[in-house]
Amino acid sequence: MEITQIATIAGKEFWDRIRNRWVLAVALVFTAFALVIAYFGAAQQGAVGFKSIDVTIASLVSLVIYLIPLIALILGFDAIVGERERGSLDLLLSMPITRLELLLGKYFGLAGALTFSTVAGFGLVAIVLSSQLDINALFHYFGFMLSSVLLGCAFLSLAVMLSVFASDRTRASGLAIAMWFFFVLVFDLLLLGALVATGGQWGGEIFPYLLLANPADVFRILNIFSLDDVRTLYGLTTVFPPALANPWLLGLVMFAWIAAPLGIATWRFRQ
Amino acid sequence: MADISTMQTETGAAVIAAHGVHKHYGPIHAVDGVDLDIRAGELFGLIGHNGAGKSTMFKMMLGLIPATAGEIRIDGAQVSGGNFRAVRRTIGYLPENVVLYDNLTGLETLHFFSRLKGASPAECAPALERVGLAHAAKRRVREYSKGMRQRLGFAQALLGKPRILFLDEPTTGLDPEAIRSFYAILRQLRSEGVTMVITSHILAEIQERVDRLAIMTAGKIQACGTVQALREQMDLPLWFTVRVAREDFEAVRTALGHLPVGAIEAHDDHVAVQCRREVKMAVIEALATLGGRVRDLTVREPSLEDVFFGFSD
Repeated sequence: MEITQIATIAGKEFWDRIRNRWVLAVALVFTAFALVIAYFGAAQQGAVGFKSIDVTIASLVSLVIYLIPLIALILGFDAIVGERERGSLDLLLSMPITRLELLLGKYFGLAGALTFSTVAGFGLVAIVLSSQLDINALFHYFGFMLSSVLLGCAFLSLAVMLSVFASDRTRASGLAIAMWFFFVLVFDLLLLGALVATGGQWGGEIFPYLLLANPADVFRILNIFSLDDVRTLYGLTTVFPPALANPWLLGLVMFAWIAAPLGIATWRFRQ
Repeated sequence: MADISTMQTETGAAVIAAHGVHKHYGPIHAVDGVDLDIRAGELFGLIGHNGAGKSTMFKMMLGLIPATAGEIRIDGAQVSGGNFRAVRRTIGYLPENVVLYDNLTGLETLHFFSRLKGASPAECAPALERVGLAHAAKRRVREYSKGMRQRLGFAQALLGKPRILFLDEPTTGLDPEAIRSFYAILRQLRSEGVTMVITSHILAEIQERVDRLAIMTAGKIQACGTVQALREQMDLPLWFTVRVAREDFEAVRTALGHLPVGAIEAHDDHVAVQCRREVKMAVIEALATLGGRVRDLTVREPSLEDVFFGFSD
């Protein structure tokens, strides 16, 4: 494997997103949402202004869990199928580059753009709020940013995978939307439905493990369980074993969610 | 029909060697048992109808798609093998209807491909100049005309000083002047020993320019050789245009009466005479007996188009 080939493709993908202001636009969206949530998140309770980092993060998690998967899927769904449909894939593959290098280059370039906008967008908010945050709060906020990046990278990996499988861009975009619906909206409902329908008989034991089968849930657990204020608020501790709530383990699961779709994509792309 | 294997054994070491190559898409045999040896330094044409299998053959030769059966070697390396990356660095490819990145400038496009090819970035500006795009180096590709994109695609293929060039319909969208300068570059590359494989629908354009060519139909190579060899092989008749006064038309018929010529057609101001190649000189001698009554005489060899349709029909 030649790193320079991966870097060349990744560099092009990254700078394309910088130049067409994609990174700037997404960063501004994140900043705007985060600021609004930080200052007006408690408005329903009749107060405005920054209250606590834990509550802010909890609100941000609810937002990010919808937004980042969607952005990542939109960013990556045409990574390969787009090149194929435009007709530029053959030329790329005639270069001294392997399919794995091309795929990784695409992924790292797009992941770089997404990471950059996430860190810049939320980082700006951290700077704005820094006078009101202690080290512990900053640490939590940093954890939230890092897990947001991982969430984005996991969904980007899924997007790149379906961009290899899809035969055209239209289908790829349809699959991306279906994937978003499934992981962000349907998955939890299904689990909850199964749990309630069986009166807690089915899935009680494996329920926490099933949550790991959804990167969006892993992200939620990563953030909720690291926050003392919020843990009791959500009441999830009753079903979630503390051993599984280990951030390192959850981080590892996120990395698995990044690596596995990329591995499947590589296998398929080589066919 | 020619014995292709005989023609190919007269070659030296082939730079591109395809043997028993098949490509099947389900029941469709896109390429059906192709043997092809392309020698070092030759300009080789691959012609055929749309869907004849040319582009599929190109893609297999470039290792973009695997062959269902058979073997293709370039510079001795199997295209599907692990050591083909090194060979790829010596290959330039211009796909049919090349698609480049609209958001990049011409120069940025070449920089991107030069990095992938491991070529020096210093090659990019001269490559643009060579194809006549130096003035548009800093313009975005989205502002390029079709012909300019094609020239940029060609400049891309020239990066890294390739020893082998695959050019799929390279003159699509080019104006006559650009076509002329394109072939001038090919002549120059040929003198430098670059091996080139070219496809074109415009047979008149390549018939005088290729060293050898192969005619492909329905996934098979129907004939392979020089244009002249294919003409002889096809044994297509020649046409004489004998320009004479109307009252001398009968004299022409009489002069040729003893020769085994084909059709003799009377037109407004000339007689068209069809004959086989072996009686060509005898026809000229017979017409010479008419002296000054023959105002002009032209001989039309069968064109590559005639040859092509002869083989492909």
